[in-house]
Amino acid sequence: MKKLVAFTVAGAMAVSLAACGSSSSGGAASTTAAAGGSGSAASGDTIKLGVFEPKTGENGGGGAQEELGIEYANSVRPTVTVDGKTYTIELDWQDNQSDKTVAVTAAQKLISDGCVGVIGGYGSGVCIAAGSYFSDAKIPAIGTSCTNANVTLGNDYYFRTCYLDPFQGKVMANWAHDNGYTEVATIDNVGNEYTSGLVKTFTDAFTALGGTVVDAETFQTNESDFKAILTNIKNKGVKAVFAPTDYLYAPLLLNQAADLGLDLQWIAGDTWYSNVIIQDAGDNANGVVADTFYSEGGTPDFDKGFKEWINADESRKKTNLDSDAIVGNHAVCYDAYMVMCDAIEAANSLDGTKIRDAIAAMDASDGFACGPYKFDENGDAIKNTSYVCQITDGEWKYQSTETVEG
Amino acid sequence: MEKDKNKKRNLILTLVLIALIGIYLGALQADTTAHSYAITIIERSSIYAVAAVSMNLIIGFTGQFSLGTAGFMCIGAYVTGILTIPIKMRDQIYYLYGMSPIIHDIKLPMIVALFISAIICALIAALVGWPILRLKSDYLAIGTLGFSEIVRAVFGWEGFGTITNASYGVSNIPPFANIFECVIICAVCIIIMNLLINSSYGRAFMAIRDDDVAAEAMGINLFRTKQLSFVVSSAFAGVAGWLLAIFMRSAVTSTFTVALTYNILLMVVLGGIGSVSGSIIGAFLVTGSQEWLRFLDKEYMFSDIFKNLSGTAFGAMKVPLLRNGFRMVIFSILLMIVVLFWNHGITGSKEVSWNRTINFFKRLKGSKKKTEVAA
Amino acid sequence: MSLSYFVQQLLNGLSLGGAYALIAIGYTMVYGILRMINFAHGDEFMMAGYFMIYSIAVMPWFLSIPVVILLTILMSVLIERAAYKPLRSAPRMSVMISAIGVSYLLENLANYLFTAMPQSYPQIQILKKVYSFGDVSVSRVTLLAPILTILLAWGLITIVNHTKLGMAMRACSKDQDTARIMGIRVDNIITTTFIIGGALAAIGSILYFTDRNTVQPYSGSLPGLKCFVAAVIGGIGSIPGAVVGGFVVGICQIIITAAGYSVFSDAFTFVLLIIILICKPTGLFGEKAVEKV
Repeated sequence: MKKLVAFTVAGAMAVSLAACGSSSSGGAASTTAAAGGSGSAASGDTIKLGVFEPKTGENGGGGAQEELGIEYANSVRPTVTVDGKTYTIELDWQDNQSDKTVAVTAAQKLISDGCVGVIGGYGSGVCIAAGSYFSDAKIPAIGTSCTNANVTLGNDYYFRTCYLDPFQGKVMANWAHDNGYTEVATIDNVGNEYTSGLVKTFTDAFTALGGTVVDAETFQTNESDFKAILTNIKNKGVKAVFAPTDYLYAPLLLNQAADLGLDLQWIAGDTWYSNVIIQDAGDNANGVVADTFYSEGGTPDFDKGFKEWINADESRKKTNLDSDAIVGNHAVCYDAYMVMCDAIEAANSLDGTKIRDAIAAMDASDGFACGPYKFDENGDAIKNTSYVCQITDGEWKYQSTETVEG
Repeated sequence: MEKDKNKKRNLILTLVLIALIGIYLGALQADTTAHSYAITIIERSSIYAVAAVSMNLIIGFTGQFSLGTAGFMCIGAYVTGILTIPIKMRDQIYYLYGMSPIIHDIKLPMIVALFISAIICALIAALVGWPILRLKSDYLAIGTLGFSEIVRAVFGWEGFGTITNASYGVSNIPPFANIFECVIICAVCIIIMNLLINSSYGRAFMAIRDDDVAAEAMGINLFRTKQLSFVVSSAFAGVAGWLLAIFMRSAVTSTFTVALTYNILLMVVLGGIGSVSGSIIGAFLVTGSQEWLRFLDKEYMFSDIFKNLSGTAFGAMKVPLLRNGFRMVIFSILLMIVVLFWNHGITGSKEVSWNRTINFFKRLKGSKKKTEVAA
Repeated sequence: MSLSYFVQQLLNGLSLGGAYALIAIGYTMVYGILRMINFAHGDEFMMAGYFMIYSIAVMPWFLSIPVVILLTILMSVLIERAAYKPLRSAPRMSVMISAIGVSYLLENLANYLFTAMPQSYPQIQILKKVYSFGDVSVSRVTLLAPILTILLAWGLITIVNHTKLGMAMRACSKDQDTARIMGIRVDNIITTTFIIGGALAAIGSILYFTDRNTVQPYSGSLPGLKCFVAAVIGGIGSIPGAVVGGFVVGICQIIITAAGYSVFSDAFTFVLLIIILICKPTGLFGEKAVEKV
């Protein structure tokens, strides 16, 4: 009997050994193949930069936009020079599937692929889940549009090029207050760090300005029926609602509100600044207000280059929803890539700790889309400007620049 | 005499195998950065193996189609998280609700958390099992599936936010010290379950599976035996949750959906319903191949394969041949093939042993010889 | 709580309940004859949503609705032939695993073919027209859902109770072997059941998704389970039971969400299921003979 037990365990282990042995080599082979088969990963002339973005899952669309930004940056600056030697940068794409469990595997894959640094990603939850793995492996990571404070807090190796939820919450609270709304409702997606964090900071800031949140509604991830909570909001008679959800809920909320005859000022966070909303909600999207990291026209060189690059390839344009419009995510991703390259050159080394120190010490203003960049002690880019935009006649139009100190 | 010789041979083979595994794991452990991907897969597979064996215990050995595994794993994972995250991290993690002062300063060692997870899961299973095990087949399946959704809702409820941090989950759970810790605990769990299955209790389970009326006539207390199997299975599902929480370093309700239960069911069915070794092989095979088949998810265009066409209209169409998700389609087709044409799975209801393996190879050789003679 | 608020929420509940009821009928009929939970039924409903998206791109809405219904029926029959028929004499557990397998396959197939990104459901103007009565606004599809459900259920009950086909169906659900002796082609009857189930799933999907705007690969799995619960609550095998169960589940879900406990809206359905199974295992309208516990 004991024998049987032992064999059972042993037998299965043997299978796993074979499995894992082949898997590590198989994995490596596939990535090199993906990069066009330009020699092995360990060869002296290429270095790997990990890209940690969701290709699939609820944030797949956002991840696709960010990938465009990173790819463009890579086309602008395909090499870095360290110690007088030029290295080609190879991007190592790993899909975190917008899922916190898969995020861990994807992070491990990036680490074992020997990436010198990681860029990404979209969505705070996955970044929080993967963060400690990067810091344990001493690989610096630069977050792109993960705005929750906990991404960088207590993690020496995570930085980010976007601003934070408390700042964003304040910006939108100011906007609501300045535009004469004293009573608002909020819609929170329970379990989503991004949405909940923003709702909390917005509520705090809005209350401090003298407004009241009269109705705080919640819904669960993957919900598609918002009629019950929208009826509640209708019943409260508010004029504006703050709903900083992931962009995929936006058309649902807007269309169902229209069905219920609800006429509201919708206020959202940076995720709603996307053409998906206009595409899916049509006329119902008019009037929506959202903030963004970057507004077109901020850095004309970047705009021009990016648009040329997008228009050069039909599939890129398709990924960007058949338009060459620039959204904030493109800009922060471009910047994250540039910050990483600058830091590698400044550190003059491929050692993770040295690159980390170089990012922490960075104070640069040239070559970015929405710079300058300097990072505080938590690793957050010091930023005090946000751009508020509104959908008018089926197009995102710049409305105002909001600055909040502190 | 023959039997004794085999016994000795088998013992030596087993020891050699364990030593080999030890050396391999040691080699992985020696350079964790370079092998972190392989380590992840081995750990994940071992954890799923525990979950799969625990599911097999209730489904395959006792014949009760219970699909509550994910729910119990959720309980185990959250209990672990709440009890073991470092105290100085707690305020940061519970920033939305604030952690309840009663549990704020309780931090237990990992191994204590393991036993607490298992005990809590066992108690809940005993409580839930009392009504739910009276249901049969499909109703039991949907009832337990429902239970698992209820667990998810309770842990995700803001009302318990000060304890569970709702569906934001608990993060920063301390990791495994090394790969041995994870693998050895998994092995111990599976050995314990196997001991139970091969004891008189295990025979009672199988009697119920094969014919509950006959079993009752033989003096087996039907309900109590089902209850025992359910409680043990749930306790080990809780341990699997403990392992998964430490492995992922976080516990979030969105991990423990119906899809997780289905995934574990896939391992059990592929491996062979009613076989412990089958479930283990199933777990390693499914988890491992989900990783190596990743190449199926890469986008290939027809134009990538037929380079010459790239200038023509056909090449420019960019018809994707493979793309994201193809891997999982392959898996589901595989599952359907196993269910429809090969419903014993890899091992059937028998266990893998040296004798069977060696005989298998001998037969293979024999058939080869035969074909040679025929030629 | 004002009256208009109450009426508005009630309408939300009724329209959701109507769609649930149509799917629940599919579950209840299949269970009545084959004694199996067709786990794939919820996913057929999801696939019907995708069929609509793709068919409306090439043809006008009045053509695409019948096309969607036909395609869903075809899929439903195909699934029955490929995955359930070979297992007719196999143990129940194998059939159930096969059903789960089909559900898994359909979800992954949808994920592969249509990507995991939610896709917006076509807004058929004629269904989306919004009526306003004072403070209550309601789209035509919301009003149509409960009415259509009741009409279809009534038609189906007439077929089952007053036609030869219906009699054969009832005979099969009582005792397949005897039915076969009596000259009933059991396989044909089972196929007919899947045809009806598929058609209702397609109509249900149009009502459900037009109101909810998006389809994604997993939008069928939980609603599917909930509809099965609805069928159990009403008494499995009973068509009026499925309709009542569907409305009960739909309205309860709206009440719970409106009260701010959205996290329990799915869980509550299952609590209801467990309570019903323990207290009144035959459901509200079920036959006594069915063995469940």
